[in-house]
Amino acid sequence: MKNRIVILGVLLALGFSAQAQKYFTRDARVQFNSDTPVEKIEAVNKSGTSVLDTQTGRMDWKVLIKNFLFEKALMQEHFNENYMESTKYPNATFKGSITNLQDVNFAKDGTYKVTAKGAMTIHGVEQEITVPGTLTVGGGAVKVKADFVVKPADYKIDIPGVVRDNIAKEIAVTIDASLKPMGK
Amino acid sequence: MKKLLLLALFLANAPFLFAQDEEDLLSLLGEEEVTEYATASFKTNRVVNGHSIENTAAGVLDFKISHRFSPVRNGFYDIFGLDGATIRFGFDYGITDRLMVGVGRSSKEKIYDGFLKYKILRQSSGKKKMPITLSYLVDAQIKTVDFPEQDRENLFSSRLYYTHQLLIGRKFNERLSLQLMPTLLHRNLVESKSEKNDVLAMGVAGRIKLSKRVTLNAEYYYVLPDQINSIYTNVLSIGFDIETGGHVFQLHFTNSSDMTYKGFITETLEDWFYKTSDGKNMSGIRFGFNISRVFTIVKPKSIY
Repeated sequence: MKNRIVILGVLLALGFSAQAQKYFTRDARVQFNSDTPVEKIEAVNKSGTSVLDTQTGRMDWKVLIKNFLFEKALMQEHFNENYMESTKYPNATFKGSITNLQDVNFAKDGTYKVTAKGAMTIHGVEQEITVPGTLTVGGGAVKVKADFVVKPADYKIDIPGVVRDNIAKEIAVTIDASLKPMGK
Repeated sequence: MKKLLLLALFLANAPFLFAQDEEDLLSLLGEEEVTEYATASFKTNRVVNGHSIENTAAGVLDFKISHRFSPVRNGFYDIFGLDGATIRFGFDYGITDRLMVGVGRSSKEKIYDGFLKYKILRQSSGKKKMPITLSYLVDAQIKTVDFPEQDRENLFSSRLYYTHQLLIGRKFNERLSLQLMPTLLHRNLVESKSEKNDVLAMGVAGRIKLSKRVTLNAEYYYVLPDQINSIYTNVLSIGFDIETGGHVFQLHFTNSSDMTYKGFITETLEDWFYKTSDGKNMSGIRFGFNISRVFTIVKPKSIY
């Protein structure tokens, strides 16, 4: 009888630990820079959403294109109207997972180098990408940082001849987010 | 007892088992409904001669230079009217995203104009729903050309003209935007007693997007009957907006040589298809352009 209770206890404990712990954010910072000798363009979005499942390593992101803020209002209008067509394609998304989850200990504070792999969808075009980044566990939160490059041409974002020198072929994207544990 | 154990096992792992079924992680956050305002109903804050429902963004200065040429009817003799031009240049500035002001100077009758435009309602969908954009425009014009009769008593007030206009517009889809512009124009001095000091007119305008960077615009102002001298006619304008980065080029055909409200609404002389009784072509169609160049003066408060 005693044995059975112990087994039951162990099973219960296992069950709870196996329960997926998820982290989320609604205010991830996503910034991109286009740097050319002619023009520097910068835009910031401070309302990216993300959910990270520490059990499976799955990680999904969604960014509303209209929430990218530019210094120049007209640039913002053209970004939405002419390049991203944000009425037609309102979001950019990433659905993927961390490939080296075994290297991360969510129970121990520290910074871990990770690689995320998955499907990025921008302007309605899906591309498989691999992104290096870091996870920082601490203070009950998981901080996510990543830098990667997006090529407009890969996502069928058409840049006309007259502004070809103003917009970079490779856009540098920076992700900076702090994910909090999700309530059950 | 065994059954109990199995049940416990199942229950304990249930969240994990169910977790496998979650296809979309983000759906866990639920959808947050936001208000989405209609943007870019027109390429710029003018349709051709008159205003559109668009405003200059906060902190942005819009420098405009506009020309209206002579009628094209004389052909090569005056290169389709290009020999004669009236000019207006002006500056528009966005104080907030909803309030803008502007000043300008026209060569014809040496008119200075100043206006204020405020967006009262903004077309939106989502959390807040609003089917239309409604703006109010007030514009004053001062004619500074010398009075034709210097000997009689001329009052400064005789130089003043005022325009009040409501702009009721809607972006129906990505391509089509339409607007109505009920307009009240006040003239302190009119040519004869039979003319009204207060003139009511109804404007209608629209645009069709032909490509990402080119739109086709049209604008017509109908002056209600028996208010102005019958020698004047209504103004109709058709043109293209071509946008190239920081500039918008508006190229159009119109039958007015004026770029001020009192001019193109109440003093347009020649019809589009006017012929004299002996068959002479007196069409008032003329070529014109507005060029708009924007400068960001005040950067938005910390986008970072």
